[in-house]
Amino acid sequence: MIDKKTGLWIYNKMNEIRDFEETAWTLFTENKLRGSVHLYTGEEAVAASVCAQLTDEDLIASTHRGHGHCIAKGAELDKALAELMGKATGYCKGRSGSMHIADFSKGNLGANAIVGGGIPIATGGALALKMQKKPNVAVAFFGDGASNQGTFHESINMAAVWKLPCVYVVENNQFGMTVPVWQSTSVEDISVRGAGYGIPGETVDGNDVVAVYEAFARAKERALKGEGPSIIECKTYRWRGHWTGDPEVYRTREEVEDWKEHRDPIKRFREYLVAQKLATEQELDEIEAAAAKKMEAAVEFAMNSPEPDPAHVLDDVFYEG
Amino acid sequence: MAKLTYAQAIRQVIQEEMRRDERVFVMGEDVEKLGGVFGTTRDLYKEFGTDRIRNTPISESAIVGAALGAACAGMRPIAELMYWDFAFVCADQIFNQMAKTRYVFGGNAKIPMVLRSQQGTGRGNAATHSQSLESIFMHIPGLKVACPSTPAEAAGLLRTAIRDDNPVCFFEHKALYITKGEVPDDPEFMIPFGKADVKREGTDVTIVANLLYVGRALEAADALAKEGISAEVIDPRTLVPFDYDTVAESVKKTGRLVVVHEAHQNNGWGAQVVSQVGQMVFPYLDAAPVHIGAKACPLPFNPGLEAAVIPSIQEIVDACKAACYFS
Repeated sequence: MIDKKTGLWIYNKMNEIRDFEETAWTLFTENKLRGSVHLYTGEEAVAASVCAQLTDEDLIASTHRGHGHCIAKGAELDKALAELMGKATGYCKGRSGSMHIADFSKGNLGANAIVGGGIPIATGGALALKMQKKPNVAVAFFGDGASNQGTFHESINMAAVWKLPCVYVVENNQFGMTVPVWQSTSVEDISVRGAGYGIPGETVDGNDVVAVYEAFARAKERALKGEGPSIIECKTYRWRGHWTGDPEVYRTREEVEDWKEHRDPIKRFREYLVAQKLATEQELDEIEAAAAKKMEAAVEFAMNSPEPDPAHVLDDVFYEG
Repeated sequence: MAKLTYAQAIRQVIQEEMRRDERVFVMGEDVEKLGGVFGTTRDLYKEFGTDRIRNTPISESAIVGAALGAACAGMRPIAELMYWDFAFVCADQIFNQMAKTRYVFGGNAKIPMVLRSQQGTGRGNAATHSQSLESIFMHIPGLKVACPSTPAEAAGLLRTAIRDDNPVCFFEHKALYITKGEVPDDPEFMIPFGKADVKREGTDVTIVANLLYVGRALEAADALAKEGISAEVIDPRTLVPFDYDTVAESVKKTGRLVVVHEAHQNNGWGAQVVSQVGQMVFPYLDAAPVHIGAKACPLPFNPGLEAAVIPSIQEIVDACKAACYFS
């Protein structure tokens, strides 16, 4: 069960993510931000509900659509936005833009611009945790498209054989770029693939915080008991296109509006918190206002940050020490 | 000093480094009971257990990616691919992930991992198990590339690689594993990266070669000596970083440069050396620098065909003689 403190934490993170993504969208349309930007709007329940159960000692590996995971795992909005704008103060010193935000001190092994690229890396993080006998887990976040990559199969098989403390969280947002899941994927529920590795697989409503939270709690418990990995498939929907310039020829405006109107994860969780008397409307309004204010400060910070100095462009190819 | 084979020298360093640092571990295909195809981890599982000498599934992307993830999370993995040819199976994890992680994360990551494998001709392994691929790894910034040609260098370079906080691609040659040589007993014996070794001093022509071709270049130098040509033979030992200065100093003396490798000649690393050193020492050159390597053809199975594709000792001799206006 989600207690009040956790509920408010999740609600806050979801709002921070939503504000971050929608601000990035606006900045992109205003030509203040460029490059490949993949927005997580509409999928906030997954990252927030999973990361609510992680500490800085737990590890994650993320994806090209990674802002949400990074923020939920402790990334600061200002440094993250500065990176999206290519500024010297960004997480990657302006070298990487949207798709490589990492912070090892928070247990974030990095977003990853290659579809499926982060799955083995999270698996290796779990291997390290197991060899170091740490009471922690690693989480691989990835999409439905990545579940058709070889790395998905190789990593989950390896983790299952070695009983690694890894949880594979599939965010099924219905499309791999423009291709609908039914056209690319052999099964309706990706979680059934767990059977192929002899591990549990569970499909949940990815826009329902409680469902994601509880499924992850089960998978985490199993991992910590040394019983090995699990797959959790979270069915969700991205409100924006695959990337900020996506003409969205593969779906209808009505479909998008239907998801926004009837399955908005933030709205649903707000209603849940109030109905369960875990929060008052006023408390939630205050959280929203604080998140919006933090986002404004992040924009201010990023806009006023310096460009990186080309004199340092060759730094950090290797560690010199 | 102990007389060890190249394979024994590698095994000994892995053993010593695993005793010294419990974060060091080996993961790869058939590394446990078999000890790898060439015995470089033979029986180490008996001392360290199967957690640290870890047999993996035949899943190259997961091997490299999991080693990378473990390195990010505080371990110091030695990941092994059975053949360097299999790097193409897991190219994303090597070239997009392992090589770039530190840079793309703004320098906020150390990647202390070694990716070992072996390559080259000599065992009739044909087109997809005999290639020499180091040039490709040199092309992608972020990877160090080591190529030992003797047992002592295998030991000294591997210890440096294991203690390095960067990803190191460690290129062994399958035909060298049974070669023997003196290896220092010192468990701190290390060879710094970026420092070439002059294997034979000479005055007329500089031959630069790596791996198996260091020995072949030395044989060519013997043959040249009989004809009155004094060849200097240099082994760069690491290709990233590359010790251009030692090669340039040599060519200032000899005025002639011949680079030879088993890797394909077309776009092979020798072209880079010719280009770089050529610019450094142009006024000293007495002949156009020459670069020879395997012909632009997949490596065939039949021994006669295989030999026809890779450079012969006679080709090295002829190239040196041509540079010295002898032919």
